[in-house]
Amino acid sequence: MKEILTVSQLNENIKYILEETFGFVWVEGEVSNLHRPQSGHIYFTIKDDKSQIRAVYFRKYGFPKNRVADFELEEGSSVLCRARLSVYPPRGDYQLIIESVEPRGVGALQKAFEQLKAKLAAEGLFDNQYKKELPFIPGRIGVITSPTGAVIRDILNVTKRRYPAADILIAPVKVQGSDAAAEIIQALANLHAHGSVDVIIIARGGGSLEDLAPFNEESLARKIFSSTIPVISAIGHETDFTICDFVADLRAPTPSAAAELVVPQRLELLAKIINLKKRAIAGFGRYMTDRRKGLLGLQERFKDPRRQVTDLQIHLDDLQQRMQRDMRHQRQYLAGKLQKLELSLKHSSPEKRIQETRILLNNLQKDTQANFRSYWAVRHERLRKNAAVLNSLSPLAVLQRGYSITRKLSSGEIVRSAGMLATNEEVNIQLAKGKFQARVEKIYGE
Amino acid sequence: MAKEKFEDALEKLEDIVKKMEAGDMPLDDALKSFEEGIKLIRFCSAKLDETQRRVEQLLGNEDSLKVKSFQEEDGDGN
Repeated sequence: MKEILTVSQLNENIKYILEETFGFVWVEGEVSNLHRPQSGHIYFTIKDDKSQIRAVYFRKYGFPKNRVADFELEEGSSVLCRARLSVYPPRGDYQLIIESVEPRGVGALQKAFEQLKAKLAAEGLFDNQYKKELPFIPGRIGVITSPTGAVIRDILNVTKRRYPAADILIAPVKVQGSDAAAEIIQALANLHAHGSVDVIIIARGGGSLEDLAPFNEESLARKIFSSTIPVISAIGHETDFTICDFVADLRAPTPSAAAELVVPQRLELLAKIINLKKRAIAGFGRYMTDRRKGLLGLQERFKDPRRQVTDLQIHLDDLQQRMQRDMRHQRQYLAGKLQKLELSLKHSSPEKRIQETRILLNNLQKDTQANFRSYWAVRHERLRKNAAVLNSLSPLAVLQRGYSITRKLSSGEIVRSAGMLATNEEVNIQLAKGKFQARVEKIYGE
Repeated sequence: MAKEKFEDALEKLEDIVKKMEAGDMPLDDALKSFEEGIKLIRFCSAKLDETQRRVEQLLGNEDSLKVKSFQEEDGDGN
């Protein structure tokens, strides 16, 4: 089924799709058909060699504040725009709503600037080794700037506030236009010729690249480089850079900053001096006190020798007393100990024990004698009995019956067989009563 | 000391104070340093107390320089 749309619906749909799809875009091209109606809005088309698109720059976005404000849209100028794509349904047109626009390829000036910068850098004009040091407190400050306007007023105010005694010599010049560079070069020469300043500030307020052009001129750059007096450049805003800034001995972001850099804070310095004064006085005071103390110490150590003798005597007395006291104590202690020993010795005297032992011994002696007697009596009785038994067993008793015992005379060995004997061997023969010696006459077998 | 520069005087003064605080110089030197320190302090203070302000402008060119007083517009009141 075909959906039928009204023109309005279609345009609304297209508007929706375009705005959603593209959002913000960056577009570059050439300006043409430029016209500015009473409203203050700017209408133009942006084109390249094949195509074009309508654009509108509404006033409500505020034409850019800083440098781009000085950029004038002109027929045929090449631009880069940041824009939003939109549709104007009443006419069925689509167009760019410009948010910001900047020159594109104006580059001539920019290019010249970059080229000169590179050239001078290569020559060493920006080298740190050539930067001169600023005086700590300048005797007289040379200021090259326009004698009217905010710049000179700022510099005078700041110097006055920081350092009321500042001495300023202004070399008035034009700071814009084709004569400006030559005037500034002349002012530099004048200040050198006058010879009274020991630092120079070259200052100008902010401006477009074209406005700042004099400060990008090679002749001025070289003049600054050859200056024997330190030069501070304070041109434009913090974001503006000129060749002057690079070649100067110091670049200040703004003219006021240059004034701050060139004169010290009087109050800070004053505080520093006061502090140093305090420290000097305190330091000296401490120094003297230390010396005095040292002297006093030495004096104390430096004594009359007679006093020393007295001291020694006292010391000696003291020692003697202590020694005597010690000895007394020692003696008392020993005496006490001796007494104790004597007592305990007496207590354990052997006399008593000797007596006791003697009595014991006596008793023992008596006992022993009695025991000895009875002992012997018993033994004697037993012996007598044993002797009777022995007697009955004795060989003597056998001998009684007529037997005899024959022994070798030589060895006393009892002869138990005839074979033990040799002829003529002497023997001893024991009888029950007495013995006699005999000689073997003859041996008979066994 | 007439032509002495402020920053040189300040540097000398700082040096003297440091030495004095270290406290290890001979008495004679200490006395001399202290005296010199006091002189330097006077010099520096005097220099800072100068309030005479001069704002002039240099006109003409190298061959015929003229110095004219410059009218300050005391706009902001300080």
